[in-house]
Amino acid sequence: MSEKPKFAMYWAASCGGCEIAVLNIGEKILDVDANFDVAFWPVAMDAKYKDVEEMPDKSILLTLFNGGIRNEENAHMAKLLRQKSQILVSFGSCATEGCVPGLANLSSREEVFAAAYDSITSDTLGIRPQYSYEVPEGTLTLPIFNTIVRTLDQVVDVDYYMPGCPPESHQIGAVIDLVIQVLHGQAELPPKGSVIGAGGSTVCDECGRIRNVKKITKFRRLHEVAEIDPVLCLLEQGILCNGPATRDGCGALCPAVGAPCAGCYGPAQDVVDYGARLMTAVSSVIDSNDPKEIDRILDDIVDPAGTFYRFNLAHSLLHASKTAVS
Amino acid sequence: MSQDTHAEDKERIGVYVCHCGSNISATVDVEDVAVWSKDALGEDGVVVSRDYKFMCSSLGQELIERDIQEQGLTRVVVAACSPHLHEQTFRGACNRAGLNGYLCEMVSIREQVSWVHTDKVAATAKAKAMVAGGVERVIKNEPLEPLHVPIHEHTLVVGGGIAGIQAALEIADSGNKVYLVEREASIGGHMAQFDKTFPTLDCAACILTPKMVTAGNHPNIELLTWSEVERVDGYVGNFTVTIKQKPRYVDTDLCTGCGICWEKCPKKVVDEVFEAGLGYRTAVYTPFAQAVPKYPVIDPDTCTYFLRGKCRACEKLCPTDAIDFSQTVTYKTVTVGNIILATGFDTFDARRIPQYGYGRLANVFTSVEFERMCNAAGPTNGDIVMRDGVSKPESVAIVHCVGSRDRNYNNHCSVICCMSSLKFAHLVKERTGARVYNFYIDMRTAYKDYDEFYQRLLEEGNLFIRGRVAEITDAARLPGEEGKLIVQAEDTLVGKQRRVPVDMVVLAVGLEPRHDAAEVAHKFGISCSSNGWFIEKHPKLDPVATMTEGIYVAGAAQGPKDIPSSVAQGSAAAARVLSRINKGEIELEPVRATVDAQKCSGCRICNDLCPFGAIIFHEDLMVTEINHALCQGCGTCVAACPAGAISGSGFSNEQVMSQIEGLLAFSLPNNLIELVPA
Ligand SMILES: Cc1cc2nc3c(=O)[nH]c(=O)nc-3n(C[C@H](O)[C@H](O)[C@H](O)COP(=O)(O)OP(=O)(O)OC[C@H]3O[C@@H](n4cnc5c(N)ncnc54)[C@H](O)[C@@H]3O)c2cc1C
Ligand code: SF4
Ligand code: SF4
Repeated sequence: MSEKPKFAMYWAASCGGCEIAVLNIGEKILDVDANFDVAFWPVAMDAKYKDVEEMPDKSILLTLFNGGIRNEENAHMAKLLRQKSQILVSFGSCATEGCVPGLANLSSREEVFAAAYDSITSDTLGIRPQYSYEVPEGTLTLPIFNTIVRTLDQVVDVDYYMPGCPPESHQIGAVIDLVIQVLHGQAELPPKGSVIGAGGSTVCDECGRIRNVKKITKFRRLHEVAEIDPVLCLLEQGILCNGPATRDGCGALCPAVGAPCAGCYGPAQDVVDYGARLMTAVSSVIDSNDPKEIDRILDDIVDPAGTFYRFNLAHSLLHASKTAVS
Repeated sequence: MSQDTHAEDKERIGVYVCHCGSNISATVDVEDVAVWSKDALGEDGVVVSRDYKFMCSSLGQELIERDIQEQGLTRVVVAACSPHLHEQTFRGACNRAGLNGYLCEMVSIREQVSWVHTDKVAATAKAKAMVAGGVERVIKNEPLEPLHVPIHEHTLVVGGGIAGIQAALEIADSGNKVYLVEREASIGGHMAQFDKTFPTLDCAACILTPKMVTAGNHPNIELLTWSEVERVDGYVGNFTVTIKQKPRYVDTDLCTGCGICWEKCPKKVVDEVFEAGLGYRTAVYTPFAQAVPKYPVIDPDTCTYFLRGKCRACEKLCPTDAIDFSQTVTYKTVTVGNIILATGFDTFDARRIPQYGYGRLANVFTSVEFERMCNAAGPTNGDIVMRDGVSKPESVAIVHCVGSRDRNYNNHCSVICCMSSLKFAHLVKERTGARVYNFYIDMRTAYKDYDEFYQRLLEEGNLFIRGRVAEITDAARLPGEEGKLIVQAEDTLVGKQRRVPVDMVVLAVGLEPRHDAAEVAHKFGISCSSNGWFIEKHPKLDPVATMTEGIYVAGAAQGPKDIPSSVAQGSAAAARVLSRINKGEIELEPVRATVDAQKCSGCRICNDLCPFGAIIFHEDLMVTEINHALCQGCGTCVAACPAGAISGSGFSNEQVMSQIEGLLAFSLPNNLIELVPA
C-alpha cells in the first residue's frame, strides 16, 4: 500500500460524460496518478462495492461523485462514499442539480417505465423491472427505482460543488491542481459548500456578443432562424438563451458558435430558483402590453419546463411535480 | 458553555398579537396565537409574546417599547393589520425604544386572515403559520436608515385649468416659484367655456378670469402656455423637466395683444376646441377674449401662409412687428422639487352612442356645445337657439348620464352632469320659456346647496322623467311628432314607455380621463386606475399624493369632480408641496434595489423595466447601476434580473425565503414533497 492519498470517482444516475471529461484533462491525468492512489473508479478500473465497504472511514481523501440519485443503489453508494471520504465533491450537473434525468420528476414512476419499456425498446411491451427474481442460483435483486431523482446533497452532506454538463476539462484540471497544492501545503481549501471550478457571475459575462436593451416580439428555435447575427446577443434575436442566469466558467462556448446557452453550469451564485428566474427575466422583456399578444408570443416557447429547468428541476424549489410523488 | 454562546447569538424576538377590537379576535384565537408563538418559536428566539386589544394604541406601543428596554428585544413582530396601515406606527415605537424600526416586521392577520376567513380553527392555524413566517423573516432583517433628499423649492404645475391655477397661485403666493405648463394657448381649462356655474349660478368668467389674470401676472409664476412636458428625469426634490414649447409665430416680447391680427386674418375655421365646433376662429387667434396670456398663436394647420406660401396679412398689419414666421419648437429645461398634475378631463364623445343621433340629427347638442351657446361671449351671444342659429326651441330634452353609468361605455358616475343638467334646465326656462324634460336615471345632487338647487328647479316647473333614454329619432310615428326629435325612454316610475317630441336635445356627456392620460402618467411615473384616472396614494387619506414621491394630482385628472372639489384639491396639493418645501428635505423609505456589480453580467434584461427610470447602464463597464434616489423599491428589476444580481434592501432573498420556510413549516404537511424514497 502506497502512502499516496486516495482518490475515488463514482457515477450514479448520469450519462458517463463526466468521466470522459475527467479523462479529457490530458497529461494532467498523470499528475493525478503521481499524487493519488486511485482507490475506486469503476469506469477506469475494476473494483467491488465490498472493497469500498471494507475501507476505513475517511480513508479516501477526494471523491468526485457524479450522477443523481435515481435508485436505492445510487443512494447506498452516496452514503457509503460519504462515510469513506474526507472531501466529497458533487461533480457535474446530475449530482449537483439532477440534470436531464431530473426532468423525470415531472412524471410518475409508471410514466417513466412506460416510456422506457413500452416505447423505446424492442422488448416485449408491458414488462416492468422486478426488484426481486428467483433463479436456480438464488434470488436476484434490482435496486428500488425511487419516485423522484434527488441531487447528491439532498441525500448526503456535500463539501464542494462542481457544476457543468460535463464540467469543462480545464476547470477540472484547475481543481485538481488546487487539491495537489493543498496537499503540498501551498494553498488552502475554499470554505465548505463552495462552488469550485466555475465563476461568480453568469455566462453573459464571458459572452462576447453585443447587448442592447431587450425587446422581444418573437421567440424562435435555432432551426427557425434563417441567419443568426454573428455578433448580436442571441436572446435579442428571439433565441432563448439561458446565459443570463447560468453560472459562468464554461467560457461561453455555446453562444460563441451561435448555439444558445442551455444552462448546464447551473444557477448563478445568487439565483435561488433557476427556472423561475429565467422565466421572470424572459417575460420581462416581451415587447407588448396586450395580454393576447403576450400569450401568442409565449406560445412560441416549446416545452418551457425542459427549456428553463433542463438541468435544474431536481434542485429547484418545485423539486418535482405532484404527479411524480403521488 | 457552548449552549450559552449559542443563546447569545440568537435574536431576542417579541411577538405581539393584536385583537383589533373584535376585528381579528372574532375569527382568530389571538390568545392562543400568542401563547403558541412563545412555545413553538422559542427555539427561533421568541422570548416574549403578548396579545393586546389594540396594539396601535399608545398603551399597546408602550408595551413594545417597555419590552425592548426591559427584555433587551432585538427584533419585533407585530401580528395585526396590514403594514400599509401601521408599519410606521410600530417602527416608530421601536425607534423610540432604541431599536432600529426596520427590525420590526408586521404580519397581516386582519386583511389576510380574519377578514377573509370564517372558520376560526383554520384561521388561527393560518395566523400561526404567518407569525412563524414573520419571525423567520425578521431574524434576517437588517437595520436600515431612512434616506434624506433635499427639496428644490421650485414647483411644476401641469395643466392650467381651475385646479392647476389654484395650486399655482397658492404656492406662488407663499413666495415660491412655479412653472405652470398649459397645452393650449390660454389657461382656464373647461371652466373658461362655461357661462354660469352651479349651484350658485354665478358667472364662470367673473370668478375665473381674475384668477387667470393673477396667475398670468404673478411674479412667482412662469406661465408656459402652448407647451407640454416632453421628459421628466430625476426624483422627488430634484426633477429635471424638459418642456416643449410649440412655436406661437408671435413674439411675445413685442405683442401687445391689440387684436389687429385676428381681426384682419382672412382665414376663418370652425373652432373645434374652445367653441366645441359651434363657432369660428381665425388662423391667428386667442381662444377667447379674456385669454391669459393675451398673445395669440398662429395655427400652422390652417394658416394660409403655411398651407400655400402666401398671405402674411397679419405680419403686414401688426403694429409692433410681433409676427415671426421663423419660430420653431424650443425646449426649456427646468429643475423642480415637486410636480402637480392637473390635466383635467375629456368629455365623452356622444357619437359613440349612435342611437342618440349626435352628429346626425342637427338639433342634438352636447352639453359642452350648450355651455358655449349659453355663454354671452359665445357664438350665439348667449341665445339658446337651434342649429339654424335663429329658431328658438319650444321644448328641450336634457339627457343625463350620456356615456356614464353605462357598462357599454363608462361604469363611473361623472358626478357633475346631474347638476349641470339642472343648470341647463334653469337657463333654458329662464331664457326661452321652453318646456324642459330631464331624463335621468338617479338624481345625484349631493354636496352643499346642490339639492336645494334641485328643489328650486322642481318648483320652476321643469319635468323630470326617470329612465334611461333608449333612442332619439326624427322618425315620426304618432301625431304631433312630425318635424320633432322624439326621445324614447322607459319611464321607470310609471312603468311605461314614453315618446316625447321636442325641438332640441342636450346630451349631458360624461367626464372621461384625458385621451392621453396613460401616456402622461407614464411620463411622470405614476399609474392610472383601470378606468383611466390618475391613481391617488390613498383614496381616503391621501387623495392628492401618488405612489411616486414628489408627484401630486389635483382636479378632474384624478376623477370626475366639480369646481369646488377641483379647487380644494388644487389647494391641498399646494399645501403638500409647501410643507415639503418648508421642511427642506424629505425622508424616504430606504427600501431600494442595488446591483452587485460583481454579479451583474450586463445582460441588460433589466435596463428598460424600471417604471421610475432608476436604472442606468454603464456601457464602458458593462454593468448596470441603480440610482437610489429614483428607485422606489418596487422590486420589478429584482424579480427580473436572471443573475440574481439585484437585491432589494428589506426584501432580500434570505428574508423572503426564510419567511416562506417559516410559513410552510406550519402549513399542512401534505403540501410538501417528502424527500424520502418511496
Ligand atoms: C358641460 C360641463 C359643465 C360643467 N359645469 C360645472 C359647473 O357649473 N360647476 C362646477 O362646479 N363644475 C362644472 N363642471 C365641472 C368642471 O368643468 C370641472 O370640475 C373643472 O373644469 C375641473 O378642472 P380641472 O382644472 O381639473 O380640469 P380642466 O378644466 O379640464 O383643465 C385642465 C387643463 O389642463 C390642460 N392640459 C391637459 N393635458 C395637459 C398636458 N398634458 N400638458 C399641459 N396641459 C394639459 C388642459 O388644456 C386644461 O387647460 C362642468 C363640466 C362640464 C363638462
Ligand atoms: S426596484 Fe428596480 S425597477 Fe423598482 S424602482 Fe427600484 S430600480 Fe426601479
Ligand atoms: S438584469 Fe441583472 S445581470 Fe442583467 S444587466 Fe440587469 S442587473 Fe445586470
